[in-house]
Amino acid sequence: MTPLLTCKEFLKELSEYLDDRTDADIRAKLEKHTSECPNCWVICDTTKKTIKIYKGMDQACSIPEDVHARLMAAVEKKIAAKCSDKTKV
Amino acid sequence: MIDSLAEMAVQSTQSGVFDETDLLAQARAGDVRAFSDLISHYEGKIFRLAQHITQNREDAEDVLQETFLKAYEHLEQFQGNSKFYTWIVRIAVNQALMKLRKRKTDRSVSLDEGIDTGEDIMVREIAAWDEDPEQRYSRAELNEILDSAVQSLAPTYRAVFVLRDVEELSTEETAEALELSVPAVKSRLLRARLQLRDKLTSFFKRKGDDAFAYM
Repeated sequence: MTPLLTCKEFLKELSEYLDDRTDADIRAKLEKHTSECPNCWVICDTTKKTIKIYKGMDQACSIPEDVHARLMAAVEKKIAAKCSDKTKV
Repeated sequence: MIDSLAEMAVQSTQSGVFDETDLLAQARAGDVRAFSDLISHYEGKIFRLAQHITQNREDAEDVLQETFLKAYEHLEQFQGNSKFYTWIVRIAVNQALMKLRKRKTDRSVSLDEGIDTGEDIMVREIAAWDEDPEQRYSRAELNEILDSAVQSLAPTYRAVFVLRDVEELSTEETAEALELSVPAVKSRLLRARLQLRDKLTSFFKRKGDDAFAYM
């Protein structure tokens, strides 16, 4: 019979489990642990929700127009300086 | 007449075609329009990344400019062994950490600082959340909560978390961008996720559920 995981062992594997990067044997052990340990089930569920909530955070954001304009002006200045250095040489 | 960079950027956004390999080759050969296309494609991501790490809009704008200026300056040295995005992310993270270093209030500044031994994974609060916790808050309130939680992380964890879970780079790409080992990225990501989970639990826990100390 495979030994049960402790809560600390469960936590160490949690990230890899949520990223779906654990092998089948470890996955089965982790899932057995959560079915028997309500605390670890909650930690697993709320960590999953933490990851999900941040993934959706930035999707609607675009760069502000003024920031874009200043970036382009700075790069343009840099390019002009480089071109002028080359012509001097 | 030569178009300004800003005009080129607008044209490239409108064209909707993006081929990084060709653009890089053209940019390295001195094609300004190709470089402006690369900027247009990545500026939003780099600005957001800088905002997440510095937690300051002005610093983030400085980081954005410094990143693309350095990229332009060193473009000929870019070998193409990694993705262009991973390369500029590395520049941006270094610039952002330099900004933090200059802030007197922020004592933790290096990606090599504060490495855990692996024995101290902490969970302080356990309580079930609502099914859709974000529904309780407006978009602005939610962003404020999420930002303040990220800000509470040490920069060592913040950079890893933002690259992996916000910008959705792979573990290997994150390791490459931050010049860390894959096990170091995994270890920091676990701790960052658990710390954020702790912070967010106080906002998102189901009403009536008591939090209690754990391990």
